[in-house]
Amino acid sequence: MVYLTRKAEFSASHVYHNPEFTPEENRRIFGKCNNPNGHGHNYTLEVTVKGEVDPRSGFVVDLKQLKEVMHREVLDAMDHRFLNKEVPEFLHRIPTTENIAIAIWQRLVTKLESAKLHRVRVYETPDLFVDFYGEP
Amino acid sequence: MKAHLSRRYLFSASHRLHSEAMSAEENKRTYGKCNNPYGHGHNYTIELTVSGQVDEQTGMVCNLVDLDTFIEREVLARFDHENLNTLQEFSKEVPTTENLCIQIYEIVQRGFPHAHLDRVRLEETMMNSFEYAG
Repeated sequence: MVYLTRKAEFSASHVYHNPEFTPEENRRIFGKCNNPNGHGHNYTLEVTVKGEVDPRSGFVVDLKQLKEVMHREVLDAMDHRFLNKEVPEFLHRIPTTENIAIAIWQRLVTKLESAKLHRVRVYETPDLFVDFYGEP
Repeated sequence: MKAHLSRRYLFSASHRLHSEAMSAEENKRTYGKCNNPYGHGHNYTIELTVSGQVDEQTGMVCNLVDLDTFIEREVLARFDHENLNTLQEFSKEVPTTENLCIQIYEIVQRGFPHAHLDRVRLEETMMNSFEYAG
């Protein structure tokens, strides 16, 4: 089994706000992330796939295909977007780094052809990142 | 769904690696430059990983403000800009980065109930890092 990781970057804005909370609760729980007009990050995405090395090609996965799927499913949808308003998963779910990693996993998991998705890692900043392995 | 969240924190401290159980020659042989008598310092980076179910209401594994406040109070305030050898935590053991990594793991494990602690990775320099998962 070999693991292959492909990186990508996207920039997006978001706001953390739960309409079921009072304004005070939103402020206390989400702090600055609750500022009403949102704020942005440069996200780094790392997608790790795993598989046996194909004896003919020497590849775990066709990188062109992986790159194309990441572009179509993730970057086209999220790059330079306001996540809360423009990405369907986040119309009713808070776009935390946790939920972004889960959403990216769900977008990619059925689209990969040869290799199996192992991990989605999303860096919100160099000092904060989330790993999702598809665990229930 | 279960996610793993990692957060990095910086602090700076000095230490000297010297064991009372060894002779002067043995200390020198074992620890090399790290045994120099007046100690030396590092910029340490803690990479802490916690895991748990993502809360439906908040979208979080645990509240980051809670985690940052806890680490600031219980870890950074204790170790940042200190000489590790003079601290009570290292009165009986050598302040190697292995032992420091275990100490930090135990502080978080004991005192932070809001998420499961997966591991503590401690970078002493860009070239050296240590990991403890209990």
